[in-house]
Amino acid sequence: MNAAAIKGHETGVILKKEETAEKPAVKWGYKHNGYYLLKILFVTAGFLIAIITNIAFPQKAAVDIKDYIINAFGLSIKLTMNDAYIFVLVGLILLYVVTGLTAWNNKDKRKKYSKNAAFRFALGIALALWDIGGTKLQFFPQPFFPGPAQVIETYLADGAYVVQNTLYSLRLYAAGFSCGVLLGVGTGILIGWFPKVYYWVFPVLKITGVVPAVAWMPFALTLLPNSFSAAVFLIVICAWFQIAFLTAQGIQSTPKQSYEAARVLGSGQFGLIFHVAIPHAMPDIFTGICSANAMAFTTLVMSEMLGQPGGLGYYINQSKVWSAYYKVLAAIVIMAVLFSLINYLIGRVQKRALRWQEGVLKK
Amino acid sequence: MSSSITIAGVNRVYTDSEGTRVEALRDVSLDIRAGEFISIIGPSGCGKTTLLRLIAGLDKPQSGALSIDSTKITDVDPERGYVFQQGGLFPWLTVENNIAYGLKARKVFDKKKSNVGKYISMVGLDGFEKSYPHQISGGMAQRVAIARALINEPKALLLDEPMGALDSFTRSDLQDKLLELWKENGTTMILVTHDIDEAIYLSDRIVIMTPRPGKISKIIDVDLPRPRQRGSGDFLSMRRDILELFELAQAQPQPEYVI
Repeated sequence: MNAAAIKGHETGVILKKEETAEKPAVKWGYKHNGYYLLKILFVTAGFLIAIITNIAFPQKAAVDIKDYIINAFGLSIKLTMNDAYIFVLVGLILLYVVTGLTAWNNKDKRKKYSKNAAFRFALGIALALWDIGGTKLQFFPQPFFPGPAQVIETYLADGAYVVQNTLYSLRLYAAGFSCGVLLGVGTGILIGWFPKVYYWVFPVLKITGVVPAVAWMPFALTLLPNSFSAAVFLIVICAWFQIAFLTAQGIQSTPKQSYEAARVLGSGQFGLIFHVAIPHAMPDIFTGICSANAMAFTTLVMSEMLGQPGGLGYYINQSKVWSAYYKVLAAIVIMAVLFSLINYLIGRVQKRALRWQEGVLKK
Repeated sequence: MSSSITIAGVNRVYTDSEGTRVEALRDVSLDIRAGEFISIIGPSGCGKTTLLRLIAGLDKPQSGALSIDSTKITDVDPERGYVFQQGGLFPWLTVENNIAYGLKARKVFDKKKSNVGKYISMVGLDGFEKSYPHQISGGMAQRVAIARALINEPKALLLDEPMGALDSFTRSDLQDKLLELWKENGTTMILVTHDIDEAIYLSDRIVIMTPRPGKISKIIDVDLPRPRQRGSGDFLSMRRDILELFELAQAQPQPEYVI
């Protein structure tokens, strides 16, 4: 089939050549090399404007431009916050140029890149406007709207502490969410499979499940040995209920015929649960995990703000006290990146586990 | 490789959700010879699927007994393969893994010595090993279902209208495939169908059932030589006889000859 398609393609090209002997073969669009190159330059232009803005505009805000010394690779580099910001922008330019060029021979990636170009250009312009309106010319009220360079400064001045707090958040999340998923899937299977468990446990789950997990915080903080375990407990219950609920639903909706088909092929009780009911419930289990994940982020940050000795939520609270809103923004940026990354990873696992649902033919 | 099945005085009554009693089977007795291809036909509600489920062990009779090779049927057994009306493939498993399911369920699967490939070619699905059920056509899915049942090397294969949902070309294709497999393996075949042509084309004997209460009204020997011709005179006269039994012949419009 593939060979036939290639053959057809070749003859198509030959025909075209005969028809339009002197006109260029490729139309003006993402397939055209010149057009694509312009798109890459277009993306670059947005960030270049941001760099030029940062250099050209004077700073009106009363913010010190301190020198930071970074020791890396045996070199000590002296940086101001503006230098660091420009480094980040140059990094973004390099990233987009490299992804643009590596996609050169890939039609689908080229199309996607061309489609995203306008947004990426706007991102550069938005950074430039933010820079002008913030620290540079102070159109926005200060110190609530620090410029992008100041947000970057947080990482220069407070880097190690930010990393420490990020790791604390990650640890809390990993401990709480993994326990929540395990408990949720486990109880969900029990509820879905055994009618007795359903009768006694499901109503409890249904009623307690609607209560936001943070409502239990007073109990968690007093009854559990330390604040870390209290926060883990809150994340566990917020993930647990949601996942157990959907897992049970998935198990119960397994068609009778699937069980019968497995039984006539020689499957025992174990096989019916693990090779029929659970695979059938997988899409529901992942729906549960995804929505529980979003709730786990909320619970994580809220419990950090209300009673943790560390974490990004704690860092935000601490910075707020000193009116260091640029640090608050810096923590929010990390959250955005970190939580997107976690979502992306879960999405990848889900796609892999549910690849049998993909509607497209691979061949 | 094949088994005889004895059904003796079987009764099966259902009570539906409104509390009405439905006599699905009343006093059904039937002897199925080893290696025989037998079809059960009848209008919907005549209990033909119920009978097949009883033979499989998926359901139990209120009275009477079913036995295979003089052993009483009490539960499902991989010795009796079952092909469901809609295939009943596991959508989360590839064609290959669906077919291998029986081996894995019985814990006799050995990747190196596996004969999954043999069964894939037997039903003509080479090249689709890694496809998922929704990626293949209905006819192909039914062939997977048949291969999946055959891999356990059953002594009897029970088929519940496996071709009911297929178009006529795919159907006659699959019928020939089924005959081929039957000749190759010598398995006892029990086919439930509502298609008279299919029953005549495939079977040694046809069991005709009537509804309310579901019972056997007649058993017909099909002594036509194989391979059978769907258009031959004997085939058509047998078809007419069966239609008459169902009193459907009268419902057919009289042929009109306009010259």
